[in-house]
Amino acid sequence: MPGEDKIIEVSHLVKHYGKFKAVEDVSFDVYRGDVYGFLGPNGAGKSTTIRTMLSLIRPTAGEIRLFGKNLRTDRNYILQRIGCIVEKPDFYKYLSAEKNLEIFARLSGVNVTKSKVHEIIEFVGLKGREKDKLGGFSHGMKQRLGIAQTLIHDPELIILDEPTTGLDPQGIIDIRNLILQLKNERNKTVLLSSHILSEIELIATRMVIINKGKTIVQGSVSELLNAQELIVAFSVNNIEKAKQLLANASLSTAIDKIDNNNLLLHISQEKIPVVNKLFCDNGVDVFSIEAKRKLEDYFLKLINA
Amino acid sequence: MFWKSTYNEFIKIAAKPRSYIGLGAITLIVGIILFAMKADGMNFISFVTAPFEQSLSFEGNILNGNLIAFIILQMLIIHVPLLIALVTGDLVSGEGAMGTIRLLLTKPVSRTKILFSKYLAGCAYTFIILLWMGFMALIVGKWMFGSGDLMVLNSDGLIVLQEHDLGWRFALGFSVAFLSLTTVATLSLTLSCFSENSIGPIVSTMAIIILFNIIGALDVPVLQKIQPYLFTTHMMAWRSFFEDPLPTEKIINSIVILLVHIVGLLGIAMYKFNKKDILS
Repeated sequence: MPGEDKIIEVSHLVKHYGKFKAVEDVSFDVYRGDVYGFLGPNGAGKSTTIRTMLSLIRPTAGEIRLFGKNLRTDRNYILQRIGCIVEKPDFYKYLSAEKNLEIFARLSGVNVTKSKVHEIIEFVGLKGREKDKLGGFSHGMKQRLGIAQTLIHDPELIILDEPTTGLDPQGIIDIRNLILQLKNERNKTVLLSSHILSEIELIATRMVIINKGKTIVQGSVSELLNAQELIVAFSVNNIEKAKQLLANASLSTAIDKIDNNNLLLHISQEKIPVVNKLFCDNGVDVFSIEAKRKLEDYFLKLINA
Repeated sequence: MFWKSTYNEFIKIAAKPRSYIGLGAITLIVGIILFAMKADGMNFISFVTAPFEQSLSFEGNILNGNLIAFIILQMLIIHVPLLIALVTGDLVSGEGAMGTIRLLLTKPVSRTKILFSKYLAGCAYTFIILLWMGFMALIVGKWMFGSGDLMVLNSDGLIVLQEHDLGWRFALGFSVAFLSLTTVATLSLTLSCFSENSIGPIVSTMAIIILFNIIGALDVPVLQKIQPYLFTTHMMAWRSFFEDPLPTEKIINSIVILLVHIVGLLGIAMYKFNKKDILS
């Protein structure tokens, strides 16, 4: 664990809307210093869980504790220590970026100075645009302002619900780097919900996967994904011969699946050149070798199980 | 935190373009009335005084600023609710439509305080609208038409109120008119708590006012029983301050009915806003 103290404890959370069960039984713990991935397919209950943690939605049952306190009884104490973006960051478009930040800073429970507002604006790369009204901001700029809004009162915990939705590749990289900066330079605990599994794989230390309103698995990303092993796609001209060679060579590789001319193998990194040499030496042409995202595979296996 | 939240609400109202529609509309409408009165006011007055001219003679400045203010207040008090609802109906639902409600309600301020902040800002806006109307009608009216005694036509006949007896009547009349408009502001804020778009509460507020006015105008015994309890019946209570003698009991009854509506509607708004799941 990055730290011993739990920042978030969600226990057997349930939320029903009439007969519809949005969340059935979600439980997970987030420790201080985590970048915690919160994963699940569409409709799994991620947003409902996050909104419940932020007191936007009342749970039907279950308990939520943040910073060791109960959300029901200590709402304001808890919210003062959280910065969040829930889905897309929406602001008052008739106000400037600076005024928007001031509006939310005033409600944060701490005294935020003008210089702090400008410092945060600079941190998220919006310096020079602070006087502009939000009407003219791109989605990426609003997302940056959203991050600025989460940091304005220097919270201990940052909750980001789908922060990269709708962003272009450069925007996604920028947000990823910002999150890493928050963890490394500002020692923040981050709960990150995202559909982009590669993002979680790159930056999360721990994660939970939920499906159909229930927790499926939670733990350290490296442990869950077995960091020693990769899934590698070998594109070859003779699948049958390649399979035969692997079986004879006893390289302890597991053939995961065969897809057109691709062999998907579970192998350690140091075995990739060995397998490549084996194929080449025995007349199997290798057109490409590509390491597949492990989390994606792991996620799909769990969801489809 | 409550005052910081209220300050935020003032900033938001002041920055919204729609907030100026009311002030602009009042300036335009009152301007047109003043212009029309300046151009053809005596004909308008003679239409009112004609039935009495065989038994009474009218002298002095009849078409004066006090009369103009009275006419304007009477004409506009029916239409100002729309201008009020345009802003107050948007206070909660507008945040939902914009998506800012998600951020707003994740701040360490109770929902009750946030709603009260919005309500206070809405009341302040209502006051500013009425103040502007009063300024345009009374101050600009007096500047254009001078001062004088006020001639009021009501169901009992024609009453002439002396100029020195008008200040307190206008002050209290405007105060009760403010209470009437605050009831409208409270209604639209309450409806705003049930909606995720701005148009719904504004249209619903006007629909309720029109419906209640129709019920109030119908001479049907079963409806007559509920008429005294409709807030629209008491929207013209300010006019009672221009009667002689003053119908104190009637005025107090109207004030109580309006206050009961305000408290009741605010209670509903508070309950709904506190229980509301934010799904937008």
